[in-house]
Amino acid sequence: MSVAPAEVEQSQTSEQAVPDMPWVTIVWNDPVNLMSYVTYVFQKVFGYAKPKAEKLMLDVHHKGKAVVSSGAREAMERDAETLHGYGLWATISHDS
Amino acid sequence: MTSAEPEPEEGVNLPELLGGFRPSRGGGATARFGAVQAANIRYLVGQVVELLGGDTLDEEKPDDRTAGPRDRPSEKTPDAPDDGLPSADDLAAMIGLTENHELPSDPALARLLPDAYSDDPEASGEFRRYTEQGLRSGKVAAARTVLATLPPKGGRVRLSGPEAQAWLRALNDVRLALGVRLEVTEDFDELVARMSPDDPRLAYADMYHWLGYLQETLVGALSR
Repeated sequence: MSVAPAEVEQSQTSEQAVPDMPWVTIVWNDPVNLMSYVTYVFQKVFGYAKPKAEKLMLDVHHKGKAVVSSGAREAMERDAETLHGYGLWATISHDS
Repeated sequence: MTSAEPEPEEGVNLPELLGGFRPSRGGGATARFGAVQAANIRYLVGQVVELLGGDTLDEEKPDDRTAGPRDRPSEKTPDAPDDGLPSADDLAAMIGLTENHELPSDPALARLLPDAYSDDPEASGEFRRYTEQGLRSGKVAAARTVLATLPPKGGRVRLSGPEAQAWLRALNDVRLALGVRLEVTEDFDELVARMSPDDPRLAYADMYHWLGYLQETLVGALSR
């Protein structure tokens, strides 16, 4: 983890940069969800082929989290809502 | 994440275990349950329904405002005038909005209805206002599907594709809630191994493991 700098650069990060920044849906590791289930959910929800779904699942498992989709904010909110329906721990944030 | 053992341990109070789910024609799944297994699943699924603030039986909710603090999910201010008119809450509920914008204080409920923004409480609150009721009712509906398809005394269960999907999500919700109550971590198995034989958590830990196995077989059945 890191600490925010005391002074934030103000010039480059004004509004016009925001529309270009895609939003992402992140799935976080948790000790309960089954690896097979998480893989299955990624296939079912995103239509990913099994190898891709498995790789994402392993990223979540080993790295603690993985970006599972990206795009417009509304689309990411729908993804997070769907994933919450399946019991996955999903959050939305700006890609950075 | 975790993976279920390929087969449950012997002697875990499951003399009637019959191999979990197998795929059935048309994208569904089938399994047999003993009476004790069925009772346990129904009990735990019922607990999740209650946790989510749903009724296990009735769709219709009588006016429970006067029924005391039964199981109101959140601390509502009790000073709303009871004038027989639908309250703003009722109207909001009808169009799928909730007043809730905070993470539930019960950790098990918070795990089932998590925040959508890890670093933006305001955005999380807004997201919750628009989605939480739908999420709750979806989970309650899945749980009700389990209760409707699992005979109280056990026996053969034959699930259609959609019913099997509901079971999958409901079993997962039960495991998530149990996982919070049991404080499951990545090295939970070691913790269980160190529990004394009269530890009251042991029975639930057995259930937790068995439900993981059951869910694993259901994922397998649906992945064919």
